[in-house]
Amino acid sequence: MRKITYRQAIKEALIEELRRDPNVVIMGEEVAQYNGAYKVTEGLLEQFGAKRIVDTPISETAFSGLAIGASMLGIRPVIEFMFFSFCYVSFDQVINNAANIRYMSGGLINCPVVFRGPANGGTNVGATHSHTPENFIANTPGLKVVCPSTAYDAKGLMKSAIRDNDPVFVMENTILYGQEWEVPDEEYLIPIGKADIKRTGTDLSIIAHGRAVITALAAAQELADKHGINAEVVDLRSIRPLDVDTFVNSVKKTGRALLVDENKPFCGVGAQIAFHIQAEAFDFLDAPIARVSAIDSPAIYSKPLEDEQLPNPRRVVEAALKMG
Amino acid sequence: MSTQRKKKTDSTAEKDNASPVNYAQADINRNLSKDDKIKLYTDMVRVRRFEERTLRAYQQGKIGGFLHLYIGQEAVALGTCSLVGKHDHVITAYRDHGHALALGMTMNECMAELYGKATGCSKGKGGSMHFFAPDKNFWGGHGIVGGQTPLGLGLAYGVKFQELKGSCLCFMGDGAINQGAVHESFNMASLWQLPVIYIIENNGYSMGTSLERSSAHPGKLAERAEGYGMDWDYIEGNDIYQVRAKTHIAMERARNESKPTLLEIATYRYRGHSVADANAEKYRTKEEIEDYKKNKDPISRFQKQLMEEGVLDDSRTKEIEKLAKAEADESDRFANESPFPPMSSIIEDVYWSEDNGRQNDQQGRIFFEVPNS
Amino acid sequence: MSEIIEMPKLSDTMETGTLVAWLKNEGDTVASGDMIAEVETDKATMEVECFADGVLLKQYLKVGESIPVGAPLAAIGQKGETAPAGSAKTTTPAPATKAEAPVASAPAPTPAPATSKPLTAPSAQTILDVRTPATPAEAVAPVHSTPTPEAEISSDGKRVKASPLARRVAGNLGLSLIDVVGSGPGGRVVKNDVLAAAEKGIEKSTTTVSEKIPASKTAPSVPASADLSQITETRQEKVTNMRGAIARRLLESKTTIPHFYLEIEVDSEPLGKMRKVLNDQLASLTPQQGGAKFSVNDLILKACTEALRRVPAVNASWQGDHILHNGSVHIAFGVAIDDGLLTPVIRDAQVKNLRQIAAEAKELITKARNKKLKPDEMSGSTFTVTNLGMFGISRFFGIINPPNAGILSVGAPIVQPVINAAGQIVVGERMSIGFSGDHRVVDGATAALFLNALKAIIEAPEVLLV
Repeated sequence: MRKITYRQAIKEALIEELRRDPNVVIMGEEVAQYNGAYKVTEGLLEQFGAKRIVDTPISETAFSGLAIGASMLGIRPVIEFMFFSFCYVSFDQVINNAANIRYMSGGLINCPVVFRGPANGGTNVGATHSHTPENFIANTPGLKVVCPSTAYDAKGLMKSAIRDNDPVFVMENTILYGQEWEVPDEEYLIPIGKADIKRTGTDLSIIAHGRAVITALAAAQELADKHGINAEVVDLRSIRPLDVDTFVNSVKKTGRALLVDENKPFCGVGAQIAFHIQAEAFDFLDAPIARVSAIDSPAIYSKPLEDEQLPNPRRVVEAALKMG
Repeated sequence: MSTQRKKKTDSTAEKDNASPVNYAQADINRNLSKDDKIKLYTDMVRVRRFEERTLRAYQQGKIGGFLHLYIGQEAVALGTCSLVGKHDHVITAYRDHGHALALGMTMNECMAELYGKATGCSKGKGGSMHFFAPDKNFWGGHGIVGGQTPLGLGLAYGVKFQELKGSCLCFMGDGAINQGAVHESFNMASLWQLPVIYIIENNGYSMGTSLERSSAHPGKLAERAEGYGMDWDYIEGNDIYQVRAKTHIAMERARNESKPTLLEIATYRYRGHSVADANAEKYRTKEEIEDYKKNKDPISRFQKQLMEEGVLDDSRTKEIEKLAKAEADESDRFANESPFPPMSSIIEDVYWSEDNGRQNDQQGRIFFEVPNS
Repeated sequence: MSEIIEMPKLSDTMETGTLVAWLKNEGDTVASGDMIAEVETDKATMEVECFADGVLLKQYLKVGESIPVGAPLAAIGQKGETAPAGSAKTTTPAPATKAEAPVASAPAPTPAPATSKPLTAPSAQTILDVRTPATPAEAVAPVHSTPTPEAEISSDGKRVKASPLARRVAGNLGLSLIDVVGSGPGGRVVKNDVLAAAEKGIEKSTTTVSEKIPASKTAPSVPASADLSQITETRQEKVTNMRGAIARRLLESKTTIPHFYLEIEVDSEPLGKMRKVLNDQLASLTPQQGGAKFSVNDLILKACTEALRRVPAVNASWQGDHILHNGSVHIAFGVAIDDGLLTPVIRDAQVKNLRQIAAEAKELITKARNKKLKPDEMSGSTFTVTNLGMFGISRFFGIINPPNAGILSVGAPIVQPVINAAGQIVVGERMSIGFSGDHRVVDGATAALFLNALKAIIEAPEVLLV
């Protein structure tokens, strides 16, 4: 099978959906003329023209709200946040409007809008550009959030997100943009809310999302090679909806759960996962649930420390061994 | 006829006041039939009687939360919303009952919503600040000051994207003018030439803070449009003919030229910011309120005009009053007798996909817990 | 037809309003929109608007009075019309009139002055009782009286730490975790440990907890140069399961049961005399010869059982939606032990004679001190008796032991001047008996009947022998 980058996979998803549905519009800062800050939208302006690929001023509040307003009339805007850290600027639009309007109108109005962009640290850019708001978004009923870890997942989830009639947040990762995975030529969709077992194992379930899945896979390899521990890696893919059954069944099989995410730990995604495991697999646990998250401070700038702040394979292996 | 000030013109609003124009003779008003005018008047009265009835229900403890009354501002909602056509859209802030009724929502569904009943326009899920009727091109009732202005931008964008001849009337209060979202929206409206008409209903007080104490710019609020290269105008909001005439010009500009306008409509609310606001003592005088009620009331003014025009007489006026009050009382009875929404509905209308059989193509839990019904 | 103007809700949090001033007087003409009164809310003073046209017929409220939102404030109608009578319950800022205390539930009295009898300072500040004089030498180490799975104690006295999975697997295999060696962090028993132990064939442990109890401690002697700067070393004491259970149950009882308290004084002389006769005759005999020794408490337990037979309404319990009247008397009594107290239960006391009750009480006390009471020997009571008489406490009131509807608190017999039937002051003996009742189940009059029945029995104790 051919291999393409994560970036290319997202672009293919955008192109396919732009072709399929004339109501799809790509909008954001420098997505058109400049080809996108991370080149995800490179070449789209030439291909689809200025009506479909739209540059905005640096006004996250206004263009996020514009997208939500337009979506009420049936337009399907795909908004790029240059960094998901910038979505905090438009939180009123995202939280009060996108999430609530369907509910407050008693189901009369839908907001089929997609917010996408990189949501990761680890790139040496300091605290304001390194946020991972998937837990913030998932905490808001009315919103959906997915965090693809591979090119294959990114394409399939992006296409599902654009076709979804609810607001969907697709959180990408700049470090993954250039990495390649196998992606088929033919069209496919990945349903939102379906976890994926990226590696099967018997001794330990490592549950992760986003780039932490890649970290978990590397750690699982080391655990197998050096310590004789056969770890299973569950990729959540979607944070809300959350595929509880898949990870609970995995933990029931292995008896151990190690949660790995780049989210901050305090009230982070891992806390939610841990709740479900203790509630539904309590009698199957052979050890307390363990977590490896970002170290709980603002994202540090200094590179060597930042590499330690985020989960890395060494930290994951250490945590697994400590579980006994 | 009013000449709406183009960007960077030197003409001022005061000039207009010096040589009043007969707005009743503007095309959009001259063509009104007798019935049209009586309907406009009737609807103003209906809005006021409805608001008075909601106040009473609130004071009886039957309505919770906040209640922001529109009493005194009726000519604005009726004057503007009476111009809305098939491709024109309306969105406003939390003082939204007047716009809702003006666009044809019924007193029953509005009152029931205030009561939190299943028969409410939003099934009891929105409340006073969050009325919606997309079938009547009414996109809400929004609770956060200025938060609706980017949405209005989006509605106008949608109209333009679909290449329709329409517009969006996006209302806000004078208190919204210092919110960042509003200025971002002004900029983009003008930058992208979107068919949006931003309407500041200037009732003089942003909540309990007077204009002078909240805005640095000393002139008209609408003058700020000049900074964005946008047309603007100032309207005497107690004169429904003037409201209609000038708003119509802006709407035609939007429909035909796809251009935005900023309108400032001077008006006055008799009640506090919300009903829990002890307004008289804190930031304005009783005399000021009395002066408006006696001398500038939009309904009395229109009534007088229509009587002079021979459209209305005393007995018709009394009949309208009586019917409006009866309709308001009936809405209260309807709301009172309607059932509360079932417990199961608490997680309905959150996600389209949940309400439409998502299980077929997706999995995963979207709700943390499901209530017992 | 007049219209009532109610106290309006003038803010989102307002519940009551206080009238500050009337702006319209009775008889004044009013129109819709007029302000008729000023009302003070929790937020501000605001005006009340009239929603009707007519004449103010009636003001239901005086300045300074408060009424809840929705209560009638004024009536508006046509001139000459009569206003409906107001039903508003007003409160004034003045102190509320003191409610009469219900007859049955007298407030708890302050403790009576201690008698001249020296106290053998009890270590436990037990509210429930103590029944035998404290014998500190018998103090035992704290041990859980009702072992639970979470409280398994291994041979070295430590709590067994095991994963939920290990517990489940062990349960399925019928294996005790007590002596399985844990290989997990901190010695936690994990699934593989259980499987390994099962292979080695460790049987269900027969070691009982009590056998592991260390030898008795002796009271520390005071060093010659005692540090008197502190009464004791400041320290944190771990809450034992028993202490936790006492705390939880009694807090729940005291805070959720509407206790009321009655007290009756009985002439304890006949009871003391009869006990002396019985013990003089029987204490020196062997069991085969019919030997027995009776404590005051044994006699009180029997007397209480007989009193409950006469007034069975007290032998009941509150069950939320119904009251359970118990056909049998399962009588509990408090036993003080070193680190708390236990309440063993004598079942079906109504069919047991004094000798049986005394023998059973004795056995239960021994078991309680040795921590050998089984859970079913400490549960299922329908009534409880506590006794602090042996500490010289003359009167007190226990906290109800749920789900009982009452508890009896027996004080010390006190020799004191009394007035006899002939009206003379003579030396006599009196005993105070307190009763704490659950007012949901028992009312004062019923409880009084019960106490009078008890008094009659104690004062004519021969009835206990039949």
